[in-house]
Amino acid sequence: MKNNSRRGFMGKAFGAVAGVGAVASLYAMKRSWDPLPSVKAAGFTTLDMSAYKENELVVEKWRGKPIFVLKQSEEMTKKAQENPKDIERLIKVGDAYFMVTIGLCTHLGCIPGYNSEEESFLCACHGGTYDYTGEVTKAPPPRGLDIPPFKIDGMKLVLGEEGPEYKKMKETGVTL
Amino acid sequence: MAHFTKATSLHDWLNQRLAIDTLRRVLATEYWIPKNINFLWAMGMVLAITFAFLLVSGIFLLMYYQPNVDLAFDSVNYTIMQEVGYGWLWRHVHGVAASVVFLVIYIHMFTGIYYGSYKKGREMIWLSGMLLFVAFSAEAFSGYMLPWGQMSYWAGMVITNLFSGGSLHADGLVEWIRGDYVPAQAFLNRFFMLHVLLIPLAIIGLIVLHFGALRIPHVNNQDGEEIDFEAEAAKYKAGDKANSKVIAFVNDFMSKDMMVVSIYLIFFFYLVFYHYDFAMDPVNFDPANGLKTPTHIYPEWYFLWSYEILRPFSTNVGLIAFAFAQVIFFLLPFLDRSPNAVPASRRGLFKYWFWAMLIDMIILTAMGKVPPEGLFSAIGFYAALTFIGLWIALPFITKFEKKV
Repeated sequence: MKNNSRRGFMGKAFGAVAGVGAVASLYAMKRSWDPLPSVKAAGFTTLDMSAYKENELVVEKWRGKPIFVLKQSEEMTKKAQENPKDIERLIKVGDAYFMVTIGLCTHLGCIPGYNSEEESFLCACHGGTYDYTGEVTKAPPPRGLDIPPFKIDGMKLVLGEEGPEYKKMKETGVTL
Repeated sequence: MAHFTKATSLHDWLNQRLAIDTLRRVLATEYWIPKNINFLWAMGMVLAITFAFLLVSGIFLLMYYQPNVDLAFDSVNYTIMQEVGYGWLWRHVHGVAASVVFLVIYIHMFTGIYYGSYKKGREMIWLSGMLLFVAFSAEAFSGYMLPWGQMSYWAGMVITNLFSGGSLHADGLVEWIRGDYVPAQAFLNRFFMLHVLLIPLAIIGLIVLHFGALRIPHVNNQDGEEIDFEAEAAKYKAGDKANSKVIAFVNDFMSKDMMVVSIYLIFFFYLVFYHYDFAMDPVNFDPANGLKTPTHIYPEWYFLWSYEILRPFSTNVGLIAFAFAQVIFFLLPFLDRSPNAVPASRRGLFKYWFWAMLIDMIILTAMGKVPPEGLFSAIGFYAALTFIGLWIALPFITKFEKKV
């Protein structure tokens, strides 16, 4: 009997050591699977906002994803100002307003196309549409195009960093 | 230590050290199979052979494939297809087998459902089989990534996006799975590892479990008859093979199995040599481009039914329905409350349930392939509801089934 409890103790002690080892190795496995530092460091893109033309969609790349940049024309800005929800989605750099969004449909991740005459986006995959501010105008997409984290730096826009304007957007629920 | 004597032959030498005679008896000559089973029971062997084809062709592809986002596409479509001697053969065998293996798995599954082979002591066979189905699905998906074509890339994008959990927005989890913000080098490397090492290992382990699970309850039969395997085996061994209800796996049953396998292989190599393209999506012959989506994204045919269950609903409901479809088959032995392990044709409402489920899944498969517009979208929606409804109804309709 005495022996049994000794063996039992050894068993439990070994179990405890093995448990610690198992948890530690699980943590190591989790960390190995994390994105590499070089991948994370490359997660910033700087856009020069003075180079864009009105109502002409430019597709940039940030974190491998397409980024839609659409400089709003005066009429578009006026139209947006009439609807506070629309103007909230736009980013003011210098004197101009810009729509800057991740160019992936919020439904299943296809890339919508822009029609500059109708000033709207159409996702051909499942027929979702968005207006010139990236707001959804026809289902199935559950929400407007996502706005990437940005920081305004003079006439430059740094994607991947959360500036005060972005944080405000996040609070009001305009973006995720 | 065991007692060893001077060996009289190589066979005797091995037998003393590895007990090869015992092994042969247990695995082959005294492994008993009921006589009254039809060709549908040969699907296990057909699957084993197909898996062997996948393994061998995969080894040859592995020698030239480059798991690198810049080289992967050309290593498959140029090096293997154009330069490597008979490289095209391995690729076509691998591609066709990967597609056909699912056809046979579905036949195998529905055979089990029709004859009630998941019931009464055979639950572990069903559960291990379902685990194999999941492992094969993961294997197929990870393999689909490797040529790094347009469909590969966007399938990787969409499927990993499912893990964000809709409104939960677990984007961190998705990035963790990918090792990057989008499918990129880290993603390709880890899916390469999963495809050639980890999942095949799991599959081989699960095949051993699946076969092991068969040893005690034995194979079911066409009439759902409860056979006393020991008594019948004794008859067989005494020489009364005509009256015994069982036969030995080797050589008796194996000859029938191999007959079915031969016919299957004619069909298989007909596909490999003349219709290999049915298993290859044309979109995947465009190199991956993260800035351009194919107009219509759909999975390979064998995933269409579960894809169609995801699609007609709003994001969150769709994800829940999708998750339901993935796990519900596991619960079949527990949701079927009937005591009968007989063919569906001799049961009550289950007879209709079986055919309704089969037809519904074929409709879902067809609707998953077409663009979700108008009438197709409506049919897909109702078929998805029917799928869920049938599973909810199953415990009720089987509970009142009379004992046959």
